[in-house]
Amino acid sequence: MKLTSWVLIFLACNLAFSTISAFRLSRSQPTERISGSAGDVLDDNPVGRLKVFVYELPSKYNKKILQKDPRCLTHMFAAEIYMQRFLLSSPVRTLNPEEADWFYVPVYTTCDLTPNGLPLPFKSPRMMRSAIQLIASNWPYWNRTEGADHFFVVPHDFGACFHYQEEKAIGRGILPLLQRATLVQTFGQRNHVCLKEGSITVPPYAPPQKMQSHLIPGKTPRSIFVYFRGLFYDVGNDPEGGYYARGARAAVWENFKDNPLFDISTEHPTTYYEDMQRAIFCLCPLGWAPWSPRLVEAVIFGCIPVIIADDIVLPFADAIPWEDIGVFVDEKDVPYLDTILTSIPPEVILRKQRLLANPSMKQAMLFPQPAQPGDAFHQVLNGLARKLPHDRSVYLRAGEKLLNWTAGPVADLKPW
Amino acid sequence: MKLLSAFRSSYLNRRGSTFRSLDPSSFDGGFIPKSSPSSIFWLAIHCLCCLISLILGFRFSHLVLFFLFSTSVTNLYTTTAGVSQLLQLKPLERKTNVTRDRIRPWPHPNPIEVVRAHQLLQRVQKEQKSIYGVRSPRTVVAVTPTYVRTFQALHLTGVMHSLMLVPYDVVWIVVEAGGKTNETASFVGKSGLKTVHVGFDGKMPNTWEDRRRMESEMRIQGLRIVREEKLDGIVVFVDDSNMHSMELFDEIQSVRWFGALSVGILAHSGNADELSSVLKMNQEGKKALSMPIQGPSCDSSGKLVGWHVFDTQPYATKSGVYVDDTAAVMPSKMEWSGFVLNSRLLWKESVDERPTWVKDVNNLLDGNEEIDSPLSLVKDPSMVEPLGSCGRNVLLWWLRVEARADSKFPPGWIIKSPLDITVPSKRTPWPDSSSKLSVVTKEAKSNQAATEKLSGKPRGSKSKSYSKEKQEPKAFNGFKVPATR
Repeated sequence: MKLTSWVLIFLACNLAFSTISAFRLSRSQPTERISGSAGDVLDDNPVGRLKVFVYELPSKYNKKILQKDPRCLTHMFAAEIYMQRFLLSSPVRTLNPEEADWFYVPVYTTCDLTPNGLPLPFKSPRMMRSAIQLIASNWPYWNRTEGADHFFVVPHDFGACFHYQEEKAIGRGILPLLQRATLVQTFGQRNHVCLKEGSITVPPYAPPQKMQSHLIPGKTPRSIFVYFRGLFYDVGNDPEGGYYARGARAAVWENFKDNPLFDISTEHPTTYYEDMQRAIFCLCPLGWAPWSPRLVEAVIFGCIPVIIADDIVLPFADAIPWEDIGVFVDEKDVPYLDTILTSIPPEVILRKQRLLANPSMKQAMLFPQPAQPGDAFHQVLNGLARKLPHDRSVYLRAGEKLLNWTAGPVADLKPW
Repeated sequence: MKLLSAFRSSYLNRRGSTFRSLDPSSFDGGFIPKSSPSSIFWLAIHCLCCLISLILGFRFSHLVLFFLFSTSVTNLYTTTAGVSQLLQLKPLERKTNVTRDRIRPWPHPNPIEVVRAHQLLQRVQKEQKSIYGVRSPRTVVAVTPTYVRTFQALHLTGVMHSLMLVPYDVVWIVVEAGGKTNETASFVGKSGLKTVHVGFDGKMPNTWEDRRRMESEMRIQGLRIVREEKLDGIVVFVDDSNMHSMELFDEIQSVRWFGALSVGILAHSGNADELSSVLKMNQEGKKALSMPIQGPSCDSSGKLVGWHVFDTQPYATKSGVYVDDTAAVMPSKMEWSGFVLNSRLLWKESVDERPTWVKDVNNLLDGNEEIDSPLSLVKDPSMVEPLGSCGRNVLLWWLRVEARADSKFPPGWIIKSPLDITVPSKRTPWPDSSSKLSVVTKEAKSNQAATEKLSGKPRGSKSKSYSKEKQEPKAFNGFKVPATR
């Protein structure tokens, strides 16, 4: 008698739990957990795992530059400005440099804009050099490690090479003074001079509120197969074509301009964000530099990114398994893009969409104001925390000098 | 040589193709055009060539001019050498790919891939529907009153196609005034849905007032069928002359017992004169002319507080009485099609499940009293659920267009006998119902040419456009009437 009553109670509990779990399955897209090569680290909380000291530089390095041109707050390199603002009010900040694991130098090197809004990097090396000289002379922490426990945010086209043209950037190389520091940059390409070992790749800045305000209901059917809006030929700088984007974008246009499955053009529609939410694949080809804000937009809007950039290193590559989320196409395979995309099995596409729907994935691509848990700022800190503790060799013996303060082009040595 | 280099640069800039001798130096911060005498000279030559091309009508190449001006043989040799130098590709330190090599020879879409892409799209959309759509879709029971007339084919085709497109199960109940006929049966059969086709005694009357009453009775008959067959689902009143959007059928899935929708009223159906006169009136009265809506009205918290009704004031004197009048037709105060109900409300057995604010439907269905609007089925109208984001989405449109009552059309709209040339007579044998119509008729007559069948006459203003191109009809005293109804 007692046994049967216990069995009944057990069954009743089972039923109750199953109905509770059924209710919890809310009306949103089912998602999958994301775990990259470093493990399931997207949701890690950096607070308590590292301490960052922010140098107090005179305002001519940051605030005054921003005052001169407030457009720096909205262009795709705005990450450097928001990073400083985030760190100043974050719990990982410490005011005691003795206990800091990492040191941050807030210098806005990408805020010298043309009338069109494109940044000119010509003065950036001198600005960076002058900032480093300042901190080296006023605080002992730079000389202690020659910058190995310092990090800088250099979001420009080719990172710390400080030029927008690839050949010039390769010719200059990374600024000699930054040889030992950790660089947080948007540029990432394997076997490239401008990508240092141990750099943290971040996504370019895309305005979160603007993207949120263009969301459409999820039940709008995805009816566009491939979507792309942007330049195929950069007539101003590369009129013959073939040099811009290493000819990849031009190849896309020439091969698929008549293909009804490909919705590609150079227009600037007002419904750009809405259209991305109605597409299955969004092309993210390289431009002058391999990265582009389209990746961020594609992730936010649930459109599978088709990345056409050889050897690119995508943001937070150790935390996010980009191979599972996006489709990588070699530049030489661009003429066969339609074959490649149509031969992907539907289960793979659905899985990619589930991964993209994961809110922590979308959060990791954004720089929201104020910072939220799991966003790009926290991923940067997580990345820095994963590099701790510092190796012994980071600390120099007394009198040891590894950096060459006079290396680089002569024009860079002029004071700023 | 300077000439050659200038020629080369201008030629490359124009061609923009495989001749890619790129100097890294030339990319220093954008192109600064060097104003040298050679470039000015080539600019002049270019203008000259453009002018010549304009005159000749085809493109006049620079090359021709260049070869023309180089007279001596040695010059010719140097120029050919220069051209061959042009054709050489200058390699860069870094590998840059040439665009032309990477265009497929026939870059047209492969049909098999297009089919595969569409299958992928379908699969993704199916997944989206299963995530965001209705979890357990219910059958849609559509009740349609109809009768055979000229415009029946027009209306029923629209309804039939709408119902065929509904992604849920559909049961189509067609109640036909005047008994079952083959005309309607053909539509019902073509649809491929589960259908119930019954006849209803009595011919459909010719005035709108009576017609409305009869349609209500026919709908009640449809509800009786739902009760008898114990159909489970959502009952929608699909009138054959309404237009339904597909979102309507998605929206009604969320109804629990009794729902109300917004119906857009198109009272000026096809009547441009009426519309212009009402517009003029409104301009004087400075009232905004927007499409009138009949449906639920909510307050800011989403609770049903009242109903939007069609304002019949502007049409007090000018509304149509007969079914084929040209004046604007008025909708009833509360159209049946704006309401949906759960079919369980109608079942005999489920007395306990039914909410208390619904009247005893069995009595209503068995009795013979007139039910003019579904609201009389509920005791408490405030319990009705407003659908379509509280009536803000208009999901169907009401419009009544009918041909003349005595207009004839070939049965099944199939012309069996060979076509005779029929020419209209000077006077139509049909009785004129209003003087206005006779004016219209006369104009239409003069333009009407070899029309094969005496089809239902469309509104006068429209028939003009059809027959303008045809020949002038000869005078004829009578006209042949092919064997039609």
